[in-house]
Amino acid sequence: MALPAVAFFGIFALIPLIGVVVISFMEWNVLGSPKWVGLTNWEAVLFDRPFTWTALGLTVTFVIGSYLFQAPVALLLGVFMAGQQRYRALLAVLYFLPLLFSSVAVGLTFQSLFSPNYGLSAALPFEWLPNDWLANSDLVMWVMIFVVGWCFVPFHGLLYQAGVRQIPQSMYEAATIDGAGRLRQFFSITLPQLRYTIITSSTLMLVGSLTYFDLIYVLTGGQPADAVRILPLDMYVTGFASYNLGYASVIAVILVAIGLTLSLLLNVLSGSSKMDSDKAGA
Amino acid sequence: MRKATRMAAAGLGVTSLMAISACGGGGDNGGGGGDADANAWILTGGGWPAIEEDFNRWNESNEDAQIDVEGIENDSYKGQIRTAVGSGEAPTLIMSWTGGALLEYAEQDAIVDLTGETGDLEERVFDSVWQNGQVDGSTYAVPMNDVQPVVMYYNQEVFDEAGVEIPETWEDVEAAIDTFNENDVAPFSLAGGSVWPALMWLQYLTDRHGGEEVFQAVVEGEEDAWDNESILFALETMQDLGENGGFIDSYNSVTADQNEDAQLLADGQAAMLLQGSWVYATINNDFPEFADSGNFGFTSFPTLEDGAGDPSNIVGNPANFWSVSADASEEEQQIATDYISENLYNEETVTAMLEAGSLPPLNDIEEEIAATEDADFLEFSSQLVGDANHFQLSWDQAVAPEVAQPLTDNLSGILRGEMTPQEFVDAMNAL
Repeated sequence: MALPAVAFFGIFALIPLIGVVVISFMEWNVLGSPKWVGLTNWEAVLFDRPFTWTALGLTVTFVIGSYLFQAPVALLLGVFMAGQQRYRALLAVLYFLPLLFSSVAVGLTFQSLFSPNYGLSAALPFEWLPNDWLANSDLVMWVMIFVVGWCFVPFHGLLYQAGVRQIPQSMYEAATIDGAGRLRQFFSITLPQLRYTIITSSTLMLVGSLTYFDLIYVLTGGQPADAVRILPLDMYVTGFASYNLGYASVIAVILVAIGLTLSLLLNVLSGSSKMDSDKAGA
Repeated sequence: MRKATRMAAAGLGVTSLMAISACGGGGDNGGGGGDADANAWILTGGGWPAIEEDFNRWNESNEDAQIDVEGIENDSYKGQIRTAVGSGEAPTLIMSWTGGALLEYAEQDAIVDLTGETGDLEERVFDSVWQNGQVDGSTYAVPMNDVQPVVMYYNQEVFDEAGVEIPETWEDVEAAIDTFNENDVAPFSLAGGSVWPALMWLQYLTDRHGGEEVFQAVVEGEEDAWDNESILFALETMQDLGENGGFIDSYNSVTADQNEDAQLLADGQAAMLLQGSWVYATINNDFPEFADSGNFGFTSFPTLEDGAGDPSNIVGNPANFWSVSADASEEEQQIATDYISENLYNEETVTAMLEAGSLPPLNDIEEEIAATEDADFLEFSSQLVGDANHFQLSWDQAVAPEVAQPLTDNLSGILRGEMTPQEFVDAMNAL
């Protein structure tokens, strides 16, 4: 039964990955034949190319920033959605809309909204609003974290909603009898019970933003380079705009290494490698 | 054997990187194939339907010389064609913008020498356009669609309100900038966020100041060619325009993707816009009120007093060009050369192009142009191209592909004022 899964993983994940590792030791501009150059690409990308470290720094900012923005908002949204308030169903539909949009459409829409001449700035009478939101090197990273967060919060909200719904109602009833308030219930029951959902969602958020690409590319085209060009974007530009497949593959391998380390680390730290159910009665 | 290895490597590399960046491009990469039919890849949108129609007519009247046509979206085309040429699986007819890519194809012997196989095209096509398909004196590519010079568009109403004449020299421009600023109107709209429209400024200013030799030295790989007083002059002038109210205030946020730069001109927020000839159609389609108001005008880039460049020189995209793949079978190559020599710019296709507002780079179609709806603009462009001593291909196409991206990145640094002109030329020389 495992065979199809293994074959699928092999063809679509493992073989391309090996291909990238091999090309990272080659000089190749797509035209002409690839040439073995040993460790030259690696040395060049790691030591003679300051931009690799700039891009890595930007990636770290983007990953941490995205996490700090998405995690709390998604958690609160999920908890709220799991409740029984009036209009909840209607609001839930609205909140989840961003999930349905293609990232290119989202990108173009936000591009129009952020335009200082025709977007929100022109429509609303706030003086602080007209700004080079997508062009100012100091601002653009935060704008990206916001827009990407806007797209992904609904998905993680959905995860948390499902998580909260699984918590047995009896635990809240017992806590109410013991006199625990809503805040106390949230921290003592909801949060601990959501432990595995938090781990899953955090892994997806961190590894997802580590390899994130499309919205940033559509919104900024990768400019200004030293303000938004995170590693995945740097990889794309190096590989498919400058046709330096060797360097791009090195960057790809670095990304894979960081991503794998990160998710393994999360697994170990959270103890979920020995994950077992802690649901009452299970 | 070598071909097979290259193909495997190409497929592997590209799919790998695409998988990791989670962006898969659709469409099959089926190249040459085994059958006798020749094939060609064209783009979609713009004036390309006229080219597809042309192929359809060819196929109808040449049953034993069929050409399969596939339309590919612009952004993915460059990557796909490169992979295909690199793996020896290119379509029979290879479309390019000439420049650095064409040079590489010729050096790799990926395309065949077409000298003497192009029928009467050489006499019909404007010389400034034809030159772009030459490599070392041989013809490796021939133009196949419309010529796209970069011109200066203006809004007459804005000029009238400020009491300014359309500038003909750079001195006029400087005086006009002051007057427009006093009237709280931006002299120039510029899509700096997209960067490439700013390249047009860099190209024109460099050419007017030092002539086409300046950039030719860069293309030929002369040492320190970027560190040239004309390029430095152009960069300094652009930064000056950015800082002192020449370009519209928020120019770094304006993008060309959604034609915001043209909208600023149409709205009267800016007096002028330096853009490619395709913007003429954009303005007619998207801002018909402005287009029909009688205020929509166009002229050539101003001349520079004491500039060494020929004032008739223009920049832009001379056209898209066809080359014939060296990896195609002899039979396929024959079909492709026949198509080029017998069929390119035939009467029906030229009429279709003109009706769509595109200008074929031909010197024998004056009457046809005069009969079109857009005669004003087409006659103006045709004269501009016909009189041009030199037609500078966009620098990002002219340089080797690996230089194009740093050129864009550094120009973006200039626009943001984060890089000085000297730092720009030093960075470009270091590549």
